[in-house]
Amino acid sequence: MTEITEVPSPFCGIGSDDLAILADGNTLTVTANGCAATTSLFEQAVTDTRPRVNGVATGLAAAIAKAAALLRQAHAPVIGGCATDVNGMRALLILAERCGAVADHMNFNQARANVLAMQDSGWMTTTLAEVKNRCDLLLVVGTDIEAFAPRFFERHLWTDAMFVEDNNQRQVIYLGKAPSGEASTAPNGTQAHVLDCAQADLPAVLAVLRALIKNKPLQAHQVAGILVTDLQNIADRLKAAHYGVVAWAAGALAFSQAELSVQMLSELIKDVNNQNTRCVGLPLGGKEGDQTAHQVSGWTTGYPARVSFQRGYPEYDPFLNDTHRLLETGEADTLVWVQAFNVAAVPPVTDLPTIVVGRSGMVFEKEPDVFIPVGTPGIDHAGHAYRMDNVVAIRLKKLRDSGLPSTAQVLNALAESL
Amino acid sequence: MLTKLTGGIIYDPASGVAGRQQDLYLQDGRIIHPPADAKPDKEYNLTGKVVMSGAIDMHTHIGGGKGNIARLLMPEDHRADPAPHTHICHSGCGHAMPSTFTTGYRYAQMGYTAAFEPAMQAINARQAHMEMADTPILDKGGYVMLGSDDYLLRLLTTRQDQQAINDYVAWTINAAKAIGVKVVNPGAISAFKFNQRKLDLDERHCHYAVTPRQILNVLATAVQQLGLSKPLHVHGCNLGVPGNVETTLDTIQGIAGLPVHLTHIQFHSYGAEGDFKFSSGAARIAEAVNKNKNITIDVGQVLFGQTVTISGDSMKQHAGHKHAKPNKWVVMDIECEAGCGVVPFKYRDQDFVNALQWAIGLETFLLVDDPWRIFLTTDHPNGAPFTSYPHLIRLLMDRTFRNEMLAQIHPEAQKMTTLASISREYTLYEIAIMTRAGAAKLLGLKDRGGLSPGHWADITVYTDHPNRERMFEKPDYVFKDGELVVVNGEVVATRWGTTHTVKPDFDPSVEKGLKDYFDRYLTVKLGNYKISDDEMTEDGRGSITVQPTR
Repeated sequence: MTEITEVPSPFCGIGSDDLAILADGNTLTVTANGCAATTSLFEQAVTDTRPRVNGVATGLAAAIAKAAALLRQAHAPVIGGCATDVNGMRALLILAERCGAVADHMNFNQARANVLAMQDSGWMTTTLAEVKNRCDLLLVVGTDIEAFAPRFFERHLWTDAMFVEDNNQRQVIYLGKAPSGEASTAPNGTQAHVLDCAQADLPAVLAVLRALIKNKPLQAHQVAGILVTDLQNIADRLKAAHYGVVAWAAGALAFSQAELSVQMLSELIKDVNNQNTRCVGLPLGGKEGDQTAHQVSGWTTGYPARVSFQRGYPEYDPFLNDTHRLLETGEADTLVWVQAFNVAAVPPVTDLPTIVVGRSGMVFEKEPDVFIPVGTPGIDHAGHAYRMDNVVAIRLKKLRDSGLPSTAQVLNALAESL
Repeated sequence: MLTKLTGGIIYDPASGVAGRQQDLYLQDGRIIHPPADAKPDKEYNLTGKVVMSGAIDMHTHIGGGKGNIARLLMPEDHRADPAPHTHICHSGCGHAMPSTFTTGYRYAQMGYTAAFEPAMQAINARQAHMEMADTPILDKGGYVMLGSDDYLLRLLTTRQDQQAINDYVAWTINAAKAIGVKVVNPGAISAFKFNQRKLDLDERHCHYAVTPRQILNVLATAVQQLGLSKPLHVHGCNLGVPGNVETTLDTIQGIAGLPVHLTHIQFHSYGAEGDFKFSSGAARIAEAVNKNKNITIDVGQVLFGQTVTISGDSMKQHAGHKHAKPNKWVVMDIECEAGCGVVPFKYRDQDFVNALQWAIGLETFLLVDDPWRIFLTTDHPNGAPFTSYPHLIRLLMDRTFRNEMLAQIHPEAQKMTTLASISREYTLYEIAIMTRAGAAKLLGLKDRGGLSPGHWADITVYTDHPNRERMFEKPDYVFKDGELVVVNGEVVATRWGTTHTVKPDFDPSVEKGLKDYFDRYLTVKLGNYKISDDEMTEDGRGSITVQPTR
């Protein structure tokens, strides 16, 4: 039995790297600094150790040979999931190039509001250490942060800071969604200020907030049940803050054309910066290897992780290259699903030939043609994964010797056998 | 395998050879003395060809987060330049900020065999190295950014001695696997986080009360005392501001003989004269560079067309966002270390300012006497994408062509430049200094950038075409570590270059203060922050080359 300390988590989005984990053979126990988003994913048992072809256990070489045979017959494969580490994603893109596939991260539709807004007008953003040391006003929009990242407040707000004298002076405002728990409550008991509204009304509320920040005259007295004077108060506080942080999770903005709301937020942040104070955005993400996929795809192809190699070079389309759409319309003829982090994230059920390179322990509604269990980055092998803020690639540790291959090993072998 | 390159005209400033016909022998990746009796396994007849060592780009943004933001920001730019895969090359995209694989191939296709990322943030150094690890053929390395990091600024405000600063600088170089140190708008990236929008050379940081000049001095001193070959890489104050020539001259004077490298100096050579309150300060800068032998520069030449500017200088990039074309831009504050700004930009020859920027860069090239102290860069992609280097070389080597181009720019800009009166044309030997021997010497790359026996066989062979753009865009042959990788401008084989680093010594007790600081204020543990050797080499294709310190 060994205890490993300073373990980084690829699961929590915020890249906590202070976990302590006890390893006893293949059994892991989080002994310090776990959370609801992380602990069960570290402690998930290893079940499958052997690949299966048509449900029958076989060796790795035979499984790769079968997968290669399926891909050789494919004219329009799609590689979904894309939830793995940097080396896994590197191999995945080479495989996609080799077989003319679409590579599409499973969270892309959730992240799309951010991608579209960023590509259309850009934004001003920050990273977690800046939030920790500078944030004196946190405006959370349409998102329940603590459900997303349970340790967010503990690690970044109610903790030591270089430039915030008293943590109780840090203000937290929720707009458009109330927090599910007490994590946002200050050490002295001050609760977050909440202005709730229906999700679908957020676009109107944000439009009013931006108008107020830009000092535009408004006739309305309320919007979506929120008093304009309350929104004026938020505008004033953003302008009065030294370092206001506006946080949202694109995936939580579950309404049509949410990219326009992300753009509204991003532009109002820019507006505050033009009125002699600082304000920054904090787009939340970093789950299921999404930032890792976008970063690696970014430097390899120039585009975020929704690219097609059908024509021999990467082509990006945030709508057309959607795995589910390709399966539903029959434009894809083979599915490869790569998911090294989360056994619950199973592939969409399809009648098409299906190859799954997945975390050991996945349970399928419909057995895929080929299932190759792989190790989890940060547990079964070392690797790199990106935090939600995109700058920091955490160095994942190997915690046990399960003998499971890495995603990269499997996908590289597959690409080479094509 | 013994390879013989027969009859080429050698330009090797590292050993003083300026256009002499000479055979070269390559074995085990290196250039060797002519063997007494061995028969070559392979011989290339290079009669009449120009032979230089592989070119080295000492300042090009090829690795790290801000470049990737630029990529993700500009899908429309990539769509115009898709790069299909071949049986040798991976696919990708080109133009302003090409994908990593395409970057490696296109550099090699122009005869480059090494490129250095000048603005690597320590917290983002993993990404820089991972991107460079996916950049084939080239050797690479990075300069780690310091000067707006809260740890250094705290050391300065608590008046720690130079030794403490040296230890911290050396520790950071080791942690980030860097070969040099860069400072970007000293202190200002931090100041911007405190809402300061301008920071002049002697102006105080509104929180830490230190000045850019103090930061420059301690960092330049640290780099010198640690024995790094590469002088402190300085992106000075007031980038792009009319009149900033005074700041730059003041920086040169104030550094009091310490070795420093002033990067993309074109952007720091502006006067404020004339009808448009914008003029060339190139002559004054060149005079100061000629006089002060401790100074080296690269130009950061502007060439016309669409590009994207990427910089750690979040303060100045934010100020410049209103010039964004297309109108979209990203500015980031980063991890109590630094920041970045990404602003797309289109330089137009009919825009007075852009046209004069173009002329100022060329004036600088032509007025600085010593090619060992000036380097050919466009600050890729900031002044122009690196793929425009052959065009730039023609502008430097061909006065007639230069004057034809000059005649096409904004007429008021033509009046504000002395370019037409400058007759200098760079020679092949001088080009070889600027792009090879000089860069290797500046960086302290042992056995690179030369063609004498013992050097690594990074070799480029050109046809001596009078159109120098044609000549330099399509070498006949490029060898990397002795392997033929390019023929007639096409990649015929790929391999992986090494990562050049330095490992200056430091007192290990420096980690005590750092650990406390990391535990209290940062979001990554000290032990997880440091990049290990195996991270760079575990995929079987990366390698680390440690260059000596003095």
